[in-house]
Amino acid sequence: MNARLKMILGRVAQAIPVIAGVVVISFLLTRALPGDPAAYFAGPAADEASIAEIREALGLDKPLIEQFFFYLGDLSRGDLGTALSTGQPVIADLAGRLPASLELTLFALTLSCAIAIPLGVLAATRPGTWIDHLFRVLVTAGVSMPTFFTGIVLIYVFYYLLGIAPSPLGRLDFLFLSPPHVTGFYLIDAAIDRDFETWLGALKQLILPAATLALFTLAPIARMTRAAMLQALSSDFIRTARAAGLGRRKVLYGYAFRNALLPVITTLGMVFSFTLGANVLVEKVFAWPGIGSYAVEALVVSDYAAVQGFVLAMALLFVLLNLIIDIAYALIDPRIGLN
Amino acid sequence: MLEVKDLSVAFRTRKGEVEAVRGVSFDVKRGETLGIVGESGSGKSVTSYALMRILDAGGEIRSGNVTYGGIDLRAASERNMRDVRGREMSMIFQNPRAALNPIRKVGHQIEDVLIQHARATHQDAREKAIRAMEDVRINDAAARYDAYPFELSGGMCQRIVIAIALACDPRLLIADEPTTGLDITTQKAVMDLVRDLTRDRGMAMVLITHDLGLASQYCDRIVVMKDGEIVEEGDPQRLFSQPKHAYTRRLVDATPRIGASIRDLLPPEERTPQPSHIIHDRPLLEVIDLAKSYPGKSGPVQAVKGISFAILAGQSVGLVGESGSGKSTTSEMIARLQDPTSGAIRFEGQHIALTPAARFTTHHARRDIQMVFQDATDSLNPRDTAGSAIAEPLKRIEKLKGAQLCARVEELADLTGLPRPLLSRFPHQLSGGQKARVGIARAIALEPKLLILDEPTAALDVSIQALVLNLLVDLRAKLGMTYLFVSHDLNVVRLLCDEVLVMKDGEIVDRGPAAKIMSNPDHPYTRSLISAAPQPPTAPEPEKRAVN
Repeated sequence: MNARLKMILGRVAQAIPVIAGVVVISFLLTRALPGDPAAYFAGPAADEASIAEIREALGLDKPLIEQFFFYLGDLSRGDLGTALSTGQPVIADLAGRLPASLELTLFALTLSCAIAIPLGVLAATRPGTWIDHLFRVLVTAGVSMPTFFTGIVLIYVFYYLLGIAPSPLGRLDFLFLSPPHVTGFYLIDAAIDRDFETWLGALKQLILPAATLALFTLAPIARMTRAAMLQALSSDFIRTARAAGLGRRKVLYGYAFRNALLPVITTLGMVFSFTLGANVLVEKVFAWPGIGSYAVEALVVSDYAAVQGFVLAMALLFVLLNLIIDIAYALIDPRIGLN
Repeated sequence: MLEVKDLSVAFRTRKGEVEAVRGVSFDVKRGETLGIVGESGSGKSVTSYALMRILDAGGEIRSGNVTYGGIDLRAASERNMRDVRGREMSMIFQNPRAALNPIRKVGHQIEDVLIQHARATHQDAREKAIRAMEDVRINDAAARYDAYPFELSGGMCQRIVIAIALACDPRLLIADEPTTGLDITTQKAVMDLVRDLTRDRGMAMVLITHDLGLASQYCDRIVVMKDGEIVEEGDPQRLFSQPKHAYTRRLVDATPRIGASIRDLLPPEERTPQPSHIIHDRPLLEVIDLAKSYPGKSGPVQAVKGISFAILAGQSVGLVGESGSGKSTTSEMIARLQDPTSGAIRFEGQHIALTPAARFTTHHARRDIQMVFQDATDSLNPRDTAGSAIAEPLKRIEKLKGAQLCARVEELADLTGLPRPLLSRFPHQLSGGQKARVGIARAIALEPKLLILDEPTAALDVSIQALVLNLLVDLRAKLGMTYLFVSHDLNVVRLLCDEVLVMKDGEIVDRGPAAKIMSNPDHPYTRSLISAAPQPPTAPEPEKRAVN
């Protein structure tokens, strides 16, 4: 256990240079973007002199290295600058929008795992049967439809035709007030507030976009589960367990599934990161006030600070995610962390 | 106790149905040890899986009866079978490390079985598991209880597998190649343990093995299987002295044993006089104070600790040792695939270790030192044909092209007994023996002076091993090559080598002429190695030996 703890601490320490690298790259990347923020900030009526004035006020006339140190100084105070498009501090924008995206993504992934993993296990234990074939159809369909298309189809069917889904306009119907801010996750905040009507309202809004994303992420998780399960089931140790008379449940879940979990977790991490990217389209379709749509809007108008903040936030998120996966790995697999 | 009648097992594959076992009948009496001996593909393992009803997907018992203590195992429900497995009959397997769940503590794996068969409750499971570990003579069982399989040695893992199998006091133990992949001294320890435990508990055992020598040492009765059928049955003594079936005779002949020459391993009609090889009185290779250390968790690990020896031109030297003795590291340093930490290697008087291994391909001695690798399958590129594998060194070093290259490859195929049409096949289309021939043909393509053979027959069936060993003897005489033969199998080394070096923990502990070392070992370690090697009861047909 001690060795594993050491490994986890070591892994945390390894994340530090990565974060430093991300800070430098996010700074350079935004400076490389085309467009002059001073001109944008000054407005269409501004003349050369006032643009220069604003450029000086923003510190954009200084050498790059000096700008970088200003940026570092601001960063250490938690100041990510002001977003030009919204006029709000970037940190406030992110704090409002990141939970929206995370709530959607996490909910979608939970949904996806809840379907994909049992499905993969079922298909692996009955290869060649109708369950296996159904599995293949479902997985292929899920991955071959683009998210915006699935989203629109779902809206058409469940909102327009059947009328059982609420209008796809953001995180809560206008009838409800957003719950008091604790985590920024509406489902959790509403539950803390014991306001179950709002909770249900938030859930209703969440289901369609989450289902859209879940359908998209189903395929890789289900496939990996099936493959990993098949491999685990054909291992020698499964034969030993069966020869010792262990029950089917024990063999399947206690022995095979736990071993199959390792590649599934790796896939889950990858799926999570590309889902955060794929979010943009779903957020647009469902008018979801998430971080993806925010970043796209900021990019279009060369909003340095907002883009920088977005890149930084995402990078930190990924570093954190990888950390969690590595730790999960170390907890499941005793072989890791000792060499 | 166990009665098997006309058992047939078939597998559904993409190419249609394959009958793995065809009408096999045998029985096991209470307290008896039955050996099932056969080479790969004989259906011996499949038979045992069928008894336990744990066939892989696609496998099915087609016909026949299996009765255990009056219960019809073929008709039994899966639930009833589960109670039979582990409690009435249980199984141990080859490759013990893979046979254990890699991410579960070994103690818990024993507990799982105890709890499954209601031999323990969650309260006393730990205590009973530790007792089961002590029963298989694991020292300090309480501490090992928390270990994971990867933290234990192969022999220790096999003890855990045995503990799992015996935890619920079954009446019958099926041991499927239980010592394959273990060192020879570990093999003896494990087999002795299994024999003692089954004897003490009055259990019956079925020992499945490819090693006739091992079976004859531990079994009361042996059945010999070939291509899914039983060809002969009898007590070991009789099988060895008077094998009835031609296949049994071939198997008996091919088993290396004291008093047999390398030609005796072949069927009688193929025994041509053994060619002799000439040993010159000048050293071809001198190894001086050779050492190799690797960085380890707690300081450097010394794999080879300053060894010195010389090989005369034309001589065959056996390098013997168990896993971890440093014999493979030594051979790889001499083959110039690894760099020594210190020491020198002189080949024909030249210091060849001065050129780093990474740049040795351009060294003029590269063509003179070649290697045959342990795993004939893994050492061939799966996407290259046999012909192109043999052609590779000729193209790279000899710079041969076109018709000349083709002619030379065909010449090498003839020399190694590989039928020419097989040259266009890929490794997966070749048998184990054919792949071994490709590996040898590739190694001798440049007519090396020194050929390093790293356990070239370890993965082969005995009858194939006999052919390959004889091929090596012929090639040595024909091409005048010097051999460094690395092996764990003393019986094989004795047949092929003039001198023997015995390595243990990175040092040479014993050396001398093969005949002397084998018949009259001075060193206790050599003695323990020799006594651990299973010996068939008596050499068959002693009058045949006079002919050679």
